[in-house]
Amino acid sequence: MGSSSRLAGQLFATAVVACGQGLHSVGNIFDPQATPAESAYNVSLLMLAICAAIFVVVGGFLTFTIVRYRGRQKDDGREPAQVYGSNRIEIAWTVIPVLIVLVLTMATARAVVEVQNRRMPADALQVTVIGHQWWWEIRYPSLGIVTANELHVPLSTAAKPAVAFLTLDSADVAHSFWVPQLAGKTDLIPGHVNTMWIDPRQAGTFLGNCAEYCGTQHANMLIRVIVEPPADFDKWAAAQKLDAASEPRLESAQSAFLSLSCINCHAVSGTPAKGTFGPDLSHLMSRATLGSGRIPNTVENLRAWVKDPQAIKHGNLMPNMQLNSRELDEVVAYLASLK
Amino acid sequence: MATTTYFPEDAVKTEAPSLPSKLHEWIVTVDHKRLGIMYIASALFFFAVAGVMAALMRIQLAYPNNTFLPPEVFNRLLTMHGTTMVFLVGMPFFAGLANYLTPLMIGARDMAFPRLNAFGYWMFLFGGILLYFSYIAGEGLAGHGSAPDVGWFAYAPLTERAFSRGTSTDYWILSIILKGIGTTASAINTIATIISMRCKGMTLARMPLFVWLMLVVSSMVVFVMPPLTAGQIMLLLDRYLGAHFFDTQAGGSAVLWQHFFWLFGHPEVYILMLPGFACASEIIPVFSRKPMFGRAAMIGATIGIGMVSSSVWAHHMFSIGMSTSSNIFFAASSMVVGLPTGVKIFNWLGTMYGGKIRFATPMLFCIGFLFQFLIAGLTGVMLAVTPFDWQVTDSYFVVAHFHYVLLGGLLFTLFGAIYYWFPKATGKMLSETLGKWHFWLLVIGFHLTFDTQHFAGMLGMPRRIYTYAAGRGWDGMNLISSIGVIFQAAAVACLAWNIIRSLRNGAPAGDDPWDAWTLEWSTTSPPPEYNFAIQPEVRSSRPLWDLKHPEDPDWRYE
Repeated sequence: MGSSSRLAGQLFATAVVACGQGLHSVGNIFDPQATPAESAYNVSLLMLAICAAIFVVVGGFLTFTIVRYRGRQKDDGREPAQVYGSNRIEIAWTVIPVLIVLVLTMATARAVVEVQNRRMPADALQVTVIGHQWWWEIRYPSLGIVTANELHVPLSTAAKPAVAFLTLDSADVAHSFWVPQLAGKTDLIPGHVNTMWIDPRQAGTFLGNCAEYCGTQHANMLIRVIVEPPADFDKWAAAQKLDAASEPRLESAQSAFLSLSCINCHAVSGTPAKGTFGPDLSHLMSRATLGSGRIPNTVENLRAWVKDPQAIKHGNLMPNMQLNSRELDEVVAYLASLK
Repeated sequence: MATTTYFPEDAVKTEAPSLPSKLHEWIVTVDHKRLGIMYIASALFFFAVAGVMAALMRIQLAYPNNTFLPPEVFNRLLTMHGTTMVFLVGMPFFAGLANYLTPLMIGARDMAFPRLNAFGYWMFLFGGILLYFSYIAGEGLAGHGSAPDVGWFAYAPLTERAFSRGTSTDYWILSIILKGIGTTASAINTIATIISMRCKGMTLARMPLFVWLMLVVSSMVVFVMPPLTAGQIMLLLDRYLGAHFFDTQAGGSAVLWQHFFWLFGHPEVYILMLPGFACASEIIPVFSRKPMFGRAAMIGATIGIGMVSSSVWAHHMFSIGMSTSSNIFFAASSMVVGLPTGVKIFNWLGTMYGGKIRFATPMLFCIGFLFQFLIAGLTGVMLAVTPFDWQVTDSYFVVAHFHYVLLGGLLFTLFGAIYYWFPKATGKMLSETLGKWHFWLLVIGFHLTFDTQHFAGMLGMPRRIYTYAAGRGWDGMNLISSIGVIFQAAAVACLAWNIIRSLRNGAPAGDDPWDAWTLEWSTTSPPPEYNFAIQPEVRSSRPLWDLKHPEDPDWRYE
């Protein structure tokens, strides 16, 4: 277990280097790139300023008191004046905080309404995100696309605003969708459908995590949001809509794949494989990672994953299928063709 | 000053009994002081265990992609660490202090129900043992996992049989139900004692603040344990009798569990924290040589916290998709709970202002507490700002926030309390030198570990992950955070050594080593089984001040 995890770690390190282009891997909430994150950022600045001021005043007074009224070596040994309190002071230090709370509550209410009650434009891109132990199913009902772990959305510009409206659900336990630079988190709770929206203003890949503890591999449930100019998005969508590639030279590999139990859990469009427990594989090789961000998606890694997924992401729900090396060759050859 | 007023000097001495008979005496005891010490000793033991767990997790998180612990082991550790610290350290420590000090402070000879008291302790201990027994027996017949790994707030439906096989979750449920019974027994006992056992002249208005806070905390316990216990019983019904309260696959509600849990869980934070306030409210005046500034305001603020804290629970649930109005309501109520808390901090400051502050170890810990709790309170206000909370809830920012509350706030005051009352309980002083080492090492370690975590959270690091990839901006922070553990461990070692050393050959404490003002300092150290030979009579909230300063007694002003 130990050595295989280390392997996965090394594989990942190369991944980070490999896809460095336009990759926003640090989810800094103070570098917002979409309106919901920006609303939070704006109210946070006010709140931080107020809290910093309180800290300076109270902390400063505390420091002053400790220094000024420290017990001294030379002391008359008499007790200091016994002061029992003062109603006027009590009222002062109650009323001032009340005013601060009022201001902060108003600012909070405004930001909440801004994010939560925003009317969605009719042309918003509808996406359904379904949390699974430990991967993300992503569906575009209006486009007829099903994919996993990578959410593609068009770039929003002042000239052409684009909003992606996400419907969040879960297939098993509670998860939470968090891409800090785009929006605060919203939970994916089974039987309690939630919604959220994003309008990213910068192209690139934004990294996020599942933020609600969901079991063994909660740590390796990463989400990638790929923001691209509308033309690129359309090109991507058109390619995803096509049936999976079916190359004549891989006919035997394909039938090997279809004859194995892979298809109980995985779907490949245009074939009898219609499983829904695992990620859709129709365009597997168009995605950057395997195991929901665990390792980069290369042919070697794919082979290692199919051979023993437990060695790479211990505890994940894909069992080691004990394929012999011929089956492994064929399955990997077929999967590698699913561009 | 060390004159005994209410008790003759010649405490009865008998020859040392044998070890088995000593053990037997402790096991069958119904004496509130022994039970108090047993509670605190057990809490310190569990504290050490959960501290080791934290250290193991920090080793795993020191580097990205570390393979020190496999994920399932890490997940068990985070569950056991949280459950232990809340239910087996924080709550029994409070019960121990309440037990030991309440009767002494109100001039009573024991708690109202001594046997209920013993029952409460043994239920707590049995619950704790049951929780840890899961490491041996949790595999069940099916061989699924050992200790519980569902997190300390155990969100449904992860706890349902479909996702949590074996019996580990059952051990978690049962141990918490048992512990809840013990805690409730102890709380009822404390309330009854305070209401009915006060000595002559001790009106509610003259009660020490410590006792006041214990009254409020105990009342809160009585109100908030039922939702937790009800939730646990429903979960058991789900798991064993096919009920579907939280079973989402059969139409149950995952959100319902969250409401039940946090209806308990948020007041619980104050149940843990108020005993810390109680200790600070005794220690800060004595070491500032001034009475508590604004006593009435302190009492009012405590009751205010007790009430408001019951209407803020859903701020733990801002990200579940509540309505706009709920989100705003719970933001407002969560900020309002900051008001009485602020009043408390201001009153402690007012007490120190104009005093002659003595920097003995108990006071050092209280000063550390004031600074750190100020920050903890401010990050709490930040978390009440809903959109900010959407960003940082379930991130390391929250981890840092509540460790600031419970470690920087609560634990510091509890350590202060140990240094303050240890002489009373044992008759021996703790070493001031070791105490100062303990304090400064803990300050350094605490800030190294938890300051950095705020920033990791704001850079997108979620909590409860067993590992993370390099290049996400979290590497250095996590390493610093882990290094802090070394200092914290050294600090706790100082305390352990200090206690052992002092028990063997500490300097004799005398009755009243701190020149303090409440009744417990009027009897011998340690107090005899019956506490006071003659029932004391008081005329103000500082009876010993009145005795020591007949020219300027408090009762003239109260």
